[in-house]
Amino acid sequence: MADSVPGRPGFDCRQRFAETLIALARSDARIVAVCNDSVGSSNLAGFQKEFPDRMVNVGIAEQNMVGVAAGLANGGFIPFVCAASPFLTGRALEQIKSDVAYSFYPVVLCGMSPGMAYGELGPTHHSIEDLSWLRAISGLSIVVPADPAQTEAAVRWAAGADMPCFLRIGRFKVPSVTANEADAFMFGRADLLRQGSDVTIIGTGVMVSRALEAAEVLADAGIAARVLNISTIKPIDEAAIIAAARETGGIVTVEEGMVEGGLGAAVASVVVRHAPVPMRILGVPGFAPTGETGFLLDYFGLNRDGIVAAARALKG
Amino acid sequence: MEGQPTAESGAVRSLPSEMAACPDAERRRRLAGAALDIRRSIVTMIDAARAGHIGGDLSVTDILATLFFGVLRVDPAFPTHPDRDRLILSKGHCSAALYSTLALRGFIPREQLLTFMQPLSALNGHPNRRKVPGVEANTGPLGHGLPIGVGSAIAARLSGRNWRTFVVLGDGELQEGSNWEAAMAAGHRCLDSLTAVIDRNRLQQGARTEQTNRLDPLPDKWTAFGWEAVEIDGHDPLALYDAFTRPRIGKPRCVIANTIKGKGVSFIEDRVEWHHKVPSVDQVRHALAELV
Repeated sequence: MADSVPGRPGFDCRQRFAETLIALARSDARIVAVCNDSVGSSNLAGFQKEFPDRMVNVGIAEQNMVGVAAGLANGGFIPFVCAASPFLTGRALEQIKSDVAYSFYPVVLCGMSPGMAYGELGPTHHSIEDLSWLRAISGLSIVVPADPAQTEAAVRWAAGADMPCFLRIGRFKVPSVTANEADAFMFGRADLLRQGSDVTIIGTGVMVSRALEAAEVLADAGIAARVLNISTIKPIDEAAIIAAARETGGIVTVEEGMVEGGLGAAVASVVVRHAPVPMRILGVPGFAPTGETGFLLDYFGLNRDGIVAAARALKG
Repeated sequence: MEGQPTAESGAVRSLPSEMAACPDAERRRRLAGAALDIRRSIVTMIDAARAGHIGGDLSVTDILATLFFGVLRVDPAFPTHPDRDRLILSKGHCSAALYSTLALRGFIPREQLLTFMQPLSALNGHPNRRKVPGVEANTGPLGHGLPIGVGSAIAARLSGRNWRTFVVLGDGELQEGSNWEAAMAAGHRCLDSLTAVIDRNRLQQGARTEQTNRLDPLPDKWTAFGWEAVEIDGHDPLALYDAFTRPRIGKPRCVIANTIKGKGVSFIEDRVEWHHKVPSVDQVRHALAELV
């Protein structure tokens, strides 16, 4: 795979995202990219070179960017709006609600470098709120790929989905968690990555590989942890969550985002309605201090050891 | 996927070709007649609903009448025709004017107008494109229409089609910054299929625009953003028709239509309190008596 960066572990999902978008654009003239001066940060230089007319860069103007995308969809195009997630979702939230979701235009909103990917640039540039904000918007599907294979499959799905959706495209390097590339992602499906009956760890995006690492440690201690990758945050796979609750008796969720309103809240709302069991919701509790992404994830316990501790506490 | 041009679509069946051949007097008679019908319908709808934005509805009426009956290439029998002209009502609160126009033009049944804002009606206080044929975007929050119009104009250019895009805005709405993001983008791209129409009635919900957050000199602002600015009497159908159809000069066009809020009803005209006040039964009778 081309995504790996020499000397640093894991993959930056933006690369596979861009490769996939270019491949799709070659066979479908309706695909356009819309950005806010983010050709570089969204990894779209290749797209721009090959399809200069279909790279609609509106400059630093996110509200206009999302409205323009709705207008392009009105005109028969499939716009992929590519912008840093904090600015796309925060600045243009009302456009996402009214122009895209409520108007129900098939715009693909691509939140690049979400979570705390911008590390030491600080909370203004972190997008820890995006899942909470967007989950509240009716009609908008939300997908968080966990690795390059899922990213590619999700982009291909989104191009043909014919409905508004949000893709959260990670920048923080992650290892591959997909066993079978050909079946890497199915919209609405939680992927069972590891079977277990003592506790369930549900991760999304960057945190999925860490959930798997935690399960290894727990196994050594005699705790069989089930690991679910929930890449479709909305609509969420209720059946997989209910089964996990009933069969393992406790759930730890882990996400690179606010503990209020994101994956954990989505899982909890299923659990309380259908199969109440104890839960731990791991995520970001508030604005982060200064530090690079890896440091911040450790700082908030969003790592192997933090997940292990939460699972143990749940079982204790 | 809606909106993709296909070989089978054919040309948009439309009134404007017929209108173009009309002598001026006949064109004025037809457009003014449509506007009168729309105004009467607005008053009747708002009376039935006991709600609505009567001031802005009556000020934007001639603009919508001229567009739908004289300019837009649209077909009520094929409202999603890929080559249709796009009309986006950015001032979505003036939905009674839009619904009345759509009904008179054959997009929705006239009887439906009396369901305006009733429980479960398709005719919400602000338009919903998924429920009302002829509506292009679900507007209501201000400052949303022009960016969508810019996207539509870019789409026409990218797909090599010749549809035109008209966005109708309120003047108070121009205080929203998103309009100027869109204006800058349209000017930069020389989107000459795009027309912004400003319903310049000089009143916003709470006071006069110039007392609240000054908009003048308005033509200069648009010119500075790379637009062709045209200032006309927004209640003169021939002036509107000319402003919408005259040859383009390679720029997006802003038609500043000077209007009177509440136009046509003497006791509503140019009074700030009539932004969304509902006339009494007596006032409705007087209003309809004036609208003849």
